Amino acid sequence: MNDFLAARSQMAISLGFHIIYSCIGMVMPVFMAVSHYKWIKTGDDIYKKVTQAWSKGVAIFFATGAVSGTILSFELGLLWPKFMEHAGPIFGMPFSLEGVAFFVEAIALGFFLYGWNKFNKWFHWLTGVMVGVSGIASGILVVSANSWMNDPSGFDFVNGQYLNIDPIQAMFNGSWFSESLHMIIAAFSATGFAVAGVHALMIARKKNVKFHMTAFRIAIIFGAIAAILQPFSGDLSAKNAAKKQPAKLAAMEAYFYTQPYSPLTIGGIPDTAAKKVNYGIEIPGLLSFLVYDDFQKPVKALDTIPVKDQPPITVTHFAFEIMIAIGSAMMLAGIIYFIALWKKRTWFSRKWFLKLFILSTPLGFIAVEAGWTVTEVGRQPWIIQGVMRTSEAVTPMPGISYSFYLFTVIYLTLSVAVIFLLSRQIKMVPEMYDR
Amino acid sequence: MIYVVITFLFLAIVLYFLLGGADFGAGIIELFTSEKNKSQTRKTSYQAIGPIWEANHMWLIIAVVILFVGFPVIYSTMCTYLHIPLLIMLLGITARGTAFAFRNYDAIKGEHTQKIYNRIFVYSSFVTPLFLGIIAGSAISRQVDLHASSYLDAYLFSWLNYFSVAVGLFTVALSGYLAAIYLIGEADNEKDVRRFIIKAKAMNILAVFFGGLVFIASEIEHIHLAHWIFGNAVSLTAVITASISLIISWILINKGKRKIIRIGAAFQVMMILLAVGYMHYPYLLMAKDGENLSMFVYHAPEKTITDLGWGLFIGSFIILPSLFYLYYSFQRKKEIT
Ligand code: HDD
Ligand code: HEM
Ligand code: HEM
Repeated sequence: MNDFLAARSQMAISLGFHIIYSCIGMVMPVFMAVSHYKWIKTGDDIYKKVTQAWSKGVAIFFATGAVSGTILSFELGLLWPKFMEHAGPIFGMPFSLEGVAFFVEAIALGFFLYGWNKFNKWFHWLTGVMVGVSGIASGILVVSANSWMNDPSGFDFVNGQYLNIDPIQAMFNGSWFSESLHMIIAAFSATGFAVAGVHALMIARKKNVKFHMTAFRIAIIFGAIAAILQPFSGDLSAKNAAKKQPAKLAAMEAYFYTQPYSPLTIGGIPDTAAKKVNYGIEIPGLLSFLVYDDFQKPVKALDTIPVKDQPPITVTHFAFEIMIAIGSAMMLAGIIYFIALWKKRTWFSRKWFLKLFILSTPLGFIAVEAGWTVTEVGRQPWIIQGVMRTSEAVTPMPGISYSFYLFTVIYLTLSVAVIFLLSRQIKMVPEMYDR
Repeated sequence: MIYVVITFLFLAIVLYFLLGGADFGAGIIELFTSEKNKSQTRKTSYQAIGPIWEANHMWLIIAVVILFVGFPVIYSTMCTYLHIPLLIMLLGITARGTAFAFRNYDAIKGEHTQKIYNRIFVYSSFVTPLFLGIIAGSAISRQVDLHASSYLDAYLFSWLNYFSVAVGLFTVALSGYLAAIYLIGEADNEKDVRRFIIKAKAMNILAVFFGGLVFIASEIEHIHLAHWIFGNAVSLTAVITASISLIISWILINKGKRKIIRIGAAFQVMMILLAVGYMHYPYLLMAKDGENLSMFVYHAPEKTITDLGWGLFIGSFIILPSLFYLYYSFQRKKEIT
């Protein structure tokens, strides 16, 4: 493996790993706060048990999230020194504010995890809320840093120089809102469905049904709402990409020739040599409509972009299709949940209903990984869209492939360890909380 | 504004050395504790660092962020030439943080798995400050060669030299010392107090020994640290104050003043950092042939520095009070129970 590819892969695997923990780190505190609130209000012990059971799991995720985040802050410099040298002062603002947010989060987490029975219960509850608030704030901030890479602003690029730098303007670049919004909603739907799925499995196995039902209900309500909102926010992202990164949009859609009534292709296998998509279903005008709200207006295709500036089409396209497929499925599951909630309470104990959510457990996270693949691979060959190429940014140090292998082993080991620990906690639920 | 940013950078580094150091030290102490007392040490250190370890490590993140936003060229140069020790330090941080969380949150406290977590925890607690010290040492060692033509010169001998390694060992001993001092105040019975006092003394002797080694190594590598430190009034004063506070700490330890000695120990380490910091201020990286990267030359554009300074300034109003409250409440709760 050459060093450049190794560096990219190492970055991808590190981020792909971290994002799972950060989604959980943003969303679980919210779930816990809800359950915790209900316990304080109703005095029903089941809510306390759920909160405590969750907080045990969350402690593991937080530690893993924190160390993988620390790795990332160094990796940006270890792998992309030339990028950081120029980009640091421009897109660093969200990172410094993120540092503050993390700090608040870590402090609040100390109070929350170790503060049971030690503090005033509302103060204790509030520290839990603060964990969630600062987690979400840091998520918004770091994604706005990433959106700057897609949509650079806040500086003038003159003869290879970065002049008139304005970090605040860079932070509020044109894409920060759509990207952060989509990410936060994604975190809620992915975590909501994953947590609900695990508890649904336990309900199906008839273990501690009351406990797991309580947990399931809290998780799925957030997951379902987010899943229904997600396609709308995704539409916003796509419109934005069409404006700022036409090459990314065209690659996502595997759309080769500019034409009026631009078609949307569903499914299919792109043939990049022949510049067409085989076996796909083509719906004329739909892409134009989605991008411009106008069936006729032509959308820019790959033929308007020089080959050397095009991203890898196949990967981007498949990743996008996976995200869309999952997004539609999750939206449907969300709607089914609300139908059950409002009209068909009996569905809750039906096998097919539980099975639906059990099968959905990993879907959100798969979509998150796919979505980030779209964003990051779709930006290639640029590390800063239109300004700096990824190949110019990579470290001069040889032998990165070894560090890539090393990190791969570490992340695999950590993943196995976390799954192992989590399964042990679930196994212990009856003994700890069901007496 | 640049002075505000530099102050915060120095503050973050000092606090990381103190708090993160004490934290690593807890693992080092555990490593050098006899088998029969290990679980007692583990219990005390869990109670002591459990609620605060994540916060302690945030100072590293703050320092890194200030570096890459405010002094990007220095950050990217260090990341390039010190890639390998940084990588090892990261592995240490990862192993340590996860092992600490796993051993406390594994729902089934199996003997075998706990043994694995403990082993990872103690060894990574040793490796991480070692490499932290190596990195800090390399930054002032004048061994980083910005024009190196071979792999070994550029990426290995930039940090693998007597001086950097001696600084690494010195850092390990200081961390252990800080932790022992901290644990003296946390122990809940006389026997443990006595045990930690012995550890503190041992670590102190080790620190003095490795400190001497740093000076010797600096002569071998032609860095002439002694000449440098004793050649300027501020560093000299700082070193003398550190030595005096060392003596005072010994007296206080013997008198059993369990909490006040913390201030003495922290002061001692702060003085050492001040001596070193002042000595190479305003350079963050001193490379071969006098190529020194000064914070006044290689900083980000004015606007960035201003925004960063304000961000840190306002942020510190949120962070510092809540951090103090965190330390304070868990201290107080302990005395009540
Ligand atoms: C639960 C996860 C999830 C689901 C169900 C969806 N997405 Fe998504 N999508 C993400 C999770 C995600 C993500 C991982 O969070 C990304 C990566 C970057 C970002 O901000 O969000 C993303 C990026 C992303 C982008 C690229 C933005 C850019 O790079 O500028 C587009 C165009 C869409 N999404 C569109 C959609 C549409 C139309 C969906 C409708 C079904 C959809 N997404 C469902
Ligand atoms: C704020 C967040 C993020 C930042 C600052 C960031 C930054 C980067 C950088 C600097 C690179 C290397 C250069 C490049 O290939 O353009 C990269 C590549 C990559 N990242 Fe991200 N990233 C972020 C989020 C994510 C997430 C959450 C994922 C999750 C899966 C991800 C997936 C990838 C992939 C797949 C690549 C490799 C792309 C390729 O080289 O083809 N990124 N990212
Ligand atoms: C889309 C991308 C990202 C999102 C949404 C995100 C979000 C989060 C969240 C919510 C947390 C706290 C939760 C937890 O610890 O489990 C976290 C931790 C962390 N992240 Fe990320 N992050 C992303 C990418 C990055 C990148 C690119 C960096 C590095 C530059 C980074 C650095 C960190 C650090 C240092 C921590 C540890 C904080 C702590 O100890 O609490 N993250 N991230």
